[in-house]
Amino acid sequence: MEQFFQQLTNGLAVGSIYALIALGYTMVYGVLRLINFAHGDLFSLGAYLGLTLLTSFALQGRLGLALGLLVLAVMVMGLIAVVGVVLERAAYRPLRDSPRLSAVVSALGASIFLQNALMLVYGARYQVYPDILPQASIRLLGLDVPVMRIVVVLVAVVMMAGLYVFVQKTRTGTAMRAAAIDQDAASLMGIDVNRVVRLVFVIGPALGGGAGLLVGLYYGQVGFTMGWSYGMKAFTAAILGGIGNIPGAMVGGLLLGLVEAFGAAYLSLAWKDAFAFGVLILILIVRPSGLLGERVAEKI
Amino acid sequence: MSALLELRNVTKSFGGLTAVGDVSFDVPAGSVVGLIGPNGAGKTTTFNLITGNYVPDHGTIRFEGRAIGGMRTNAIVRAGIARTFQNVRLFQQLPAVENVLAGRHCRTRAGALAAFLRPPWQAREEREAAARAVRELEFVGLGGRALELAKNLAYGDQRRLEIARALAADPKLLILDEPAGGMNEQETDELVGLIARIRARGVTTLLIEHDMSLVMRACEHIVVLEYGEKIAEGPPDAIQRDPKVIEAYLGTEDA
Amino acid sequence: MPNRTMTRGLGIAYAIAAAAVAAAPLALNAYWIDVLNSVGLYVLLALSLNLILGDAGLFNMGHAAFYAVGAYTSAILNTRLEIPILWTLPASALVAALFAALVARPVVHLRGDYLLVVTIGLGEIVRIALVNDVFGLTGGANGLFGISRPTIFGHRLTSRKPQEFLYLIWAFVAVTVFLFHRLEQSRFGRALNYLREDPIAAEGSGVNTARYRLLAFALGAAWAGMTGTLYAAKMTIISPESFGSWESVVIFLMVILGGAGSIPGVMLGAALVVILPELFRGFASARLLVFGLVMMVMMVFRPQGLLPYRLLRFKESDLRRAEDAP
Repeated sequence: MEQFFQQLTNGLAVGSIYALIALGYTMVYGVLRLINFAHGDLFSLGAYLGLTLLTSFALQGRLGLALGLLVLAVMVMGLIAVVGVVLERAAYRPLRDSPRLSAVVSALGASIFLQNALMLVYGARYQVYPDILPQASIRLLGLDVPVMRIVVVLVAVVMMAGLYVFVQKTRTGTAMRAAAIDQDAASLMGIDVNRVVRLVFVIGPALGGGAGLLVGLYYGQVGFTMGWSYGMKAFTAAILGGIGNIPGAMVGGLLLGLVEAFGAAYLSLAWKDAFAFGVLILILIVRPSGLLGERVAEKI
Repeated sequence: MSALLELRNVTKSFGGLTAVGDVSFDVPAGSVVGLIGPNGAGKTTTFNLITGNYVPDHGTIRFEGRAIGGMRTNAIVRAGIARTFQNVRLFQQLPAVENVLAGRHCRTRAGALAAFLRPPWQAREEREAAARAVRELEFVGLGGRALELAKNLAYGDQRRLEIARALAADPKLLILDEPAGGMNEQETDELVGLIARIRARGVTTLLIEHDMSLVMRACEHIVVLEYGEKIAEGPPDAIQRDPKVIEAYLGTEDA
Repeated sequence: MPNRTMTRGLGIAYAIAAAAVAAAPLALNAYWIDVLNSVGLYVLLALSLNLILGDAGLFNMGHAAFYAVGAYTSAILNTRLEIPILWTLPASALVAALFAALVARPVVHLRGDYLLVVTIGLGEIVRIALVNDVFGLTGGANGLFGISRPTIFGHRLTSRKPQEFLYLIWAFVAVTVFLFHRLEQSRFGRALNYLREDPIAAEGSGVNTARYRLLAFALGAAWAGMTGTLYAAKMTIISPESFGSWESVVIFLMVILGGAGSIPGVMLGAALVVILPELFRGFASARLLVFGLVMMVMMVFRPQGLLPYRLLRFKESDLRRAEDAP
């Protein structure tokens, strides 16, 4: 029972991170029908930027832990959003009307570029985050749960809830949803599709970068290739929930985190990384539209 | 005349929407039958049911007495039903002759091994297929344009190229989805002639068309759909006078 | 009927390339001969992926999995049953093809980029399976070693003379290029192109698209598998890290860079991706960065690849001759 609850909280924490990253995939896919392969690398870029800012400014020392981390998070998310917008401008906008393969290859190229830029700047070895967080645990239902796990889940939930409200309740959010359904019709209705795309490339990367910072703080170390594996898993989460569907990405992320945590604990640790891909393949065979997605008949 | 194609109580819904509801009609062998109706009446869905792109929820579709509902599209083509598409679907980057050879595919058999080894029968098969493709191009009026890329042909020519591709599959039943779409008056006149020549080859034709002058000239039997249901069928002059058909197309004052 | 397999210009280019490879041992040292061996292996891999990605338009980014299946099949047959390594070629082709058909069957109908992600996943699963010593046959993370050197007509090839492998590998390349040109000039090759251009129109014209998707995967995998055999024979040691997802990305890149669907283009792509980093050794750590950049820039300015070519399956004279024949 003890192990079950530990894996449950662990799975939820990891799943929240997948969900945050998955939002970026799903939003870009919703509007551009493009898998932004570089998104995973924006996530790891966020983790590394967090590390640099932490060590060079030591904000937590000057502003206190809570405020320092908040400022740090805002800085990381803002910077990654800028990178996201530049990426869209440079690698995707020129290919908006090209065949799908071209955009996919460009996205892969961007991913390889970012990953290796990280390696050249920070080196190939794992980097360790400074130990600024209390390693305390809270007793919850008779169990010791690390504080960071709870913080990760809470932060992710707050960000996702904020996004959900934004997309559902604001005019800009409505424009985003309209552009995702039909770009041409949306632009005929006076929606500036380019602006929507830019916005998507602000929000998605910002959330991804935030997730990177969380991973750095939570696990204490970051590597330049982690964008690839986190990215693939987050993308799986997006498909699992129904690609293009924002609540779907959240549900898919949490579910995948749980599958992985329980799979690793009860089935096999060695096969941990294969579970996500197994889920991906299974869902695409059984229900390609995902859990919350809608089935669409192809027009002939 | 016996029925080549037989639809009985065919129904297909998407979500809650019934696209085709309880439709029955026959296409007699050797005839030219028209399927008409206002936009969204379920005509193209009916075609897609016949060609195996969709599977009917209820009802049966028989071709030469054999149930074909649920068969794969390519198997239905091999059984003898070839089609064209409402929005032209050619292999745009390939020359006209290779587009027509696609129709010949199911009547030839060389596989990868034959391609590697090139036995004499494979060479003969290729030669015969190419000759047939050239003849079909001439038949639809595209003689001499075999090597032009499909994308470089005018829209009306692309429509005729699609017909040539379908004919190359030796169909007993040819299904044309708005063959005159995007054609000018002269091209439409030529199309009426082409349909007559196809009929003279012994190929039965079922067509969807909005151009009523073409339907009335080319078809001897017409089936009218509205909101997924059959509202009338009969010879052209009877259909033209049918009050339900007139209402479907023009609407009524008090509606 | 189009008995011409290639145009004259292309034939001349191939003859020059063949002569250059044949004469290479006279001019190059052992290190560069080994680079040429690598080029040959990657040319084979890229050509085999080109059947799937270039000709049939199926986005496969897990090609290294089939390469791995072939290499491991040969290594297992050789080390356990002591079957001479080159005799295992048919077996590794068959096992890789069957494996491809089996794993591709449920996913091969997926739309472009979905298939891409699924094949990345399949590739990773295969790698993880190898690391975990699946069936107790693959030797885990250390892989398999002690694969015996190939023997041809009683002559044993050794690593001290890399030029012997050069001839073995490039002879295989020559046969492959010859056969693949024949394939593209055939009913089979056309069917793959119909599939790439418009799968719905292909099916509606009577092409069994499900079957051809699988055949494209199986045939491409068979060739990747045989390349795996050659690799195992050359290295005598194989391990999972040689078949990771990065390997699949590189092969994919070669096809796109050279020109998807173009046999000479794909060969050029493979050669450039292998040789250029060797020339710029000093920038070794930055080469992937440059690759990434090249991919982005190429998609904007030259998406069709460096050396695309339009397949001339028929000429006017072919058509006339066909018509005149009885």
